[in-house]
Amino acid sequence: MNLDPNARYAETHEWARKEDGLIVCGITDHAQEELSDVVYVEFPQVGDTLAKDEVFGVIESVKAASDLYMPMGGEIVEVNVILEDSPEIVNEDPYGKGWMIKFNPSDPSEWDDLLMPEAYEASVAGE
Amino acid sequence: MPYLPHTEADRREMLSIIGVSSVEELFQDVPTSHRCPELQLPKAVSEMEILDELYAMALKNSSTGCFATFLGAGAYNHFVPSVIPQLASRGEFLTAYTPYQPEVSQGTLQAIFEYQSMIAALTGMDVVNASHYDGATSMAEAAIMAVNVSRGKRRKILVSPCIHPQYRQTLRTYLPGDQVTITGDENLRAGLEDLKEMLDDETACLIIQNPNFLGELMDVEGLANAVHGAGALLVVVANPLISLGLLKPPGDYGADIVVAEGQPLGAGLNFGGPYLGVFAAREEYVRRMPGRLVGETTDTQGRRGYVLTLTPREQHIRREKATSNICTNQGLVALMAGMYLAYMGKSGLRAVAEMCYHKAHYAAAEIDKLDGYRVVNSAPFFNEFRVKCPVPVAELNAALLEESILGGYDLQQDYPHAENEMLICLTEMNTRQQIDRLVTALASVQGV
Amino acid sequence: MTRQPEPLIFELSSPGRTAFTLPELDVPQASLPEGHVRDDLNLPEVSELEFVRHYTRLSQKNYAIDTVYYPLGSCTMKYNPKVNEKAASIEGLSQVHPLQPEASVQGSLELMYNLQEALKEISGFAGVSLQPAAGAHGEFAGVLIMRAYHESRGDFKRTKVLIPDSAHGTNPASSAMSGFSVVEIPSDERGNVDLDALKSECDDTVVGLMLTNPNTLGLFEENVLEVCDTIHGCGGLVYGDGANLNALLGIARPGDLGFDVLHFNLHKTFTTPHGGGGPGSGPVGVSQRLAPFLPGPIAAKAGDHYTLMMPEQSIGRLKAFYGNYGMFIRAYTYIRMMGPTGLRAVAEHAVLNANYLKAKVAPHFPIAVERTCMHEFVAHGDVSGTDIRALDVAKRLIDYGFHPPTNYFPLIVHDALMIEPTETESKETLDAFAEALAQIAEEARRDPELVHSAPHTAPVTRLDEVTAARKPVLCYKG
Repeated sequence: MNLDPNARYAETHEWARKEDGLIVCGITDHAQEELSDVVYVEFPQVGDTLAKDEVFGVIESVKAASDLYMPMGGEIVEVNVILEDSPEIVNEDPYGKGWMIKFNPSDPSEWDDLLMPEAYEASVAGE
Repeated sequence: MPYLPHTEADRREMLSIIGVSSVEELFQDVPTSHRCPELQLPKAVSEMEILDELYAMALKNSSTGCFATFLGAGAYNHFVPSVIPQLASRGEFLTAYTPYQPEVSQGTLQAIFEYQSMIAALTGMDVVNASHYDGATSMAEAAIMAVNVSRGKRRKILVSPCIHPQYRQTLRTYLPGDQVTITGDENLRAGLEDLKEMLDDETACLIIQNPNFLGELMDVEGLANAVHGAGALLVVVANPLISLGLLKPPGDYGADIVVAEGQPLGAGLNFGGPYLGVFAAREEYVRRMPGRLVGETTDTQGRRGYVLTLTPREQHIRREKATSNICTNQGLVALMAGMYLAYMGKSGLRAVAEMCYHKAHYAAAEIDKLDGYRVVNSAPFFNEFRVKCPVPVAELNAALLEESILGGYDLQQDYPHAENEMLICLTEMNTRQQIDRLVTALASVQGV
Repeated sequence: MTRQPEPLIFELSSPGRTAFTLPELDVPQASLPEGHVRDDLNLPEVSELEFVRHYTRLSQKNYAIDTVYYPLGSCTMKYNPKVNEKAASIEGLSQVHPLQPEASVQGSLELMYNLQEALKEISGFAGVSLQPAAGAHGEFAGVLIMRAYHESRGDFKRTKVLIPDSAHGTNPASSAMSGFSVVEIPSDERGNVDLDALKSECDDTVVGLMLTNPNTLGLFEENVLEVCDTIHGCGGLVYGDGANLNALLGIARPGDLGFDVLHFNLHKTFTTPHGGGGPGSGPVGVSQRLAPFLPGPIAAKAGDHYTLMMPEQSIGRLKAFYGNYGMFIRAYTYIRMMGPTGLRAVAEHAVLNANYLKAKVAPHFPIAVERTCMHEFVAHGDVSGTDIRALDVAKRLIDYGFHPPTNYFPLIVHDALMIEPTETESKETLDAFAEALAQIAEEARRDPELVHSAPHTAPVTRLDEVTAARKPVLCYKG
């Protein structure tokens, strides 16, 4: 399983990274592998304000669908519309071009509640 | 015992392989207090006897073959070409199930793909699902879909009072309590202008029927703009569906979801079912659509083939978060509707629709000439029209029945202001002679 | 099966070609409504013979009960008697308009009434409505009935429906459609509802429990009486998913066991054909206290006269008209031809066949929960020591001329193969099927690629479902 050392993680398999005062979020390499071929990602609307752990979207493979959860609360600033036409990017580059949303965190201290890479790895191993 | 193949020797051998001495032993988990009750049912009969019993029941009915039929109101007496029941009852179609294994279900899958394509052409929409139970449940699911398209933010469903009353009742059963507000039809005379005024930022959709339940063609000019301007969806119930052989499809005037009763397309009357819920939508909403969808793809050798697709919307994967609970639909009836459209084809469907239209207009003109009867439609109509009668419709219908005429629908049951109004329906099945017979019978009843 | 590719009906089309005939127009033409007429209608144009060959060839690309053994778990793919089809096509029953005056449809109403009565007797319930059009529709009716019952007593705090983790997906979907939340109850190691887990969820917010019995593992709920008592104890109701009723005909009546409401699948238990995915029919039966809430209208009898009535506190109508009437005729025909003794023999043979086949399959594919099963059983479909999974085994069965069992369901069993033999299959067929599975297990070890790349004999090989979902092509685009 690949991990991004600069990201923090949620037990629900989202990663979060700080970029230009915003939080960028996607799903982990482990999650994309479990789902196999991603066929569709459903996004929130830009401007939506969602709480930590609230569902921000859905990701689908041929035989499964999973909810996507906000790793921190915040207002959605941008969604990665490229995934609408090319969902396979989530499989190819989950921490890079496969990012899903950017949001303005409402409580930056929630960052500290997220898991460090090693802790996330341990939590996956314990599943 | 019919349909049970085992001989006594088979049974003995099977029990010994299972390792029990009797069939009863296999039911030990069933509480003894409730095991094997004596069912108080009539004893078994042979094929000959059951058919006799059913023929006797049939004799207590009067089928449409006994009448000149002028009754529509959601179920239509159209001709069913012989090829349709003949082919649809082939065991390979009839006794297969949901095409979960696409490699051995290409027949059903391709036929449904063709059905989807033909309904898309007919309604002017982009995507069509593999069917719902009937027009009423399609409409209810469309309302739910509209709420979902708004991501649950809009919870007002605006319905025209000129939608089939049973469809509006079904909608209210599907969406009970406080989940959504269903409004618009409290005023049974509300027109499109009244409904437009009720549009607001809570409205998920406006649902109209066109031609409406009273037979009238709606003036839909500018309607979609008004609905979309309010951020809502326009849902059109395209009944009777045959009308689209002649009339502008709802896709042309901006509908977002089109639903209809597909029974007129080759299904027969069958005392109300099985019918066919047609469901079509614009492509952008496809992921919010309920029901099964068949898509085209290729196999590992590059050959064209068909599969059930976008299945994560459905209950077997999304469970409580699914777009609908629908599973088994009306597959065989959809197959028959596809067959009907292919068989009638481009010119045949137009011909049937025009025939319905001309017969209805001839009948309306003749009835309107009668003393005491008046055609009261305020707009152009397709094959159903309203007649104001000199006596209550129930009385009139009883008199018509004596003449072997199945009269029209009593509108006053649902629209109290439509006093003594009958909704008369014509199809290609009505001959001029039948129409003239109806006119004569109506004239003679005038003095009742 | 036909392996030749079949063009789409649109691709067979030639401008100007027709199949239909219509009588000449015998009334004057009226002018068409200005501004309302469509320009174009892109439907195919084919001759009748081409049309007939097209649909015949399509049919030959299906596996069906009439052509092969079809042991699809929880779908009860038993023989669909041909007399049913003849019965349903009797003109005096089929060519009847649903809004005809009651006096002109006495035969149709009598049949509905008789079928309601028969289903009541078979299930041990006080009331039946035939209106729901399929199992999921009947389930939805059942949940709405539970809701209406609680609300009629002024009890508005009940919001959660308990559903075992082995349940069909329609159960939680129907609950959610009714506005309720779903709480999943785990199964214990014998495949029963985990009683402790159930009890810990039982409080005054429980609408009810949705229980499939026999469950989707094919097992009879050993604690069924206690489960029902527990739910009733907290004021909840017990809903029965009747998908698996075939195992209980004449053996046990859900109403007697403590169920309050249950849907029937006429297309499973009562031999109405599945039609490639419907029409089904999902009547709903209820105990005395729920009878006033049934959807309607339903058939009633007053003296010698049959009529349609709406139950007093009905949840309303679930569709237009009265249900999938054509299926009522078929189911009624079947029930009359089997009689009480025959129906019990159906359940006995369904259970006999399942246990026999289970014994034959177990050496090759381990059984998920090893107990006496009812009408079906679940095996693990992967082959140990190889990378052959349930899906591969299912696909390889096609090459042996069998429709695959349900696979990857129930979700609680990894690599599930859910096998329902049904009572209408002979011992020879079951032996041949078991033999095919044994062969495949051996092939998996000897020549795994053969199994991975199956099927080899079908009109197409495995299809690219990923592209189908990523770039959906849902219509012929010309």
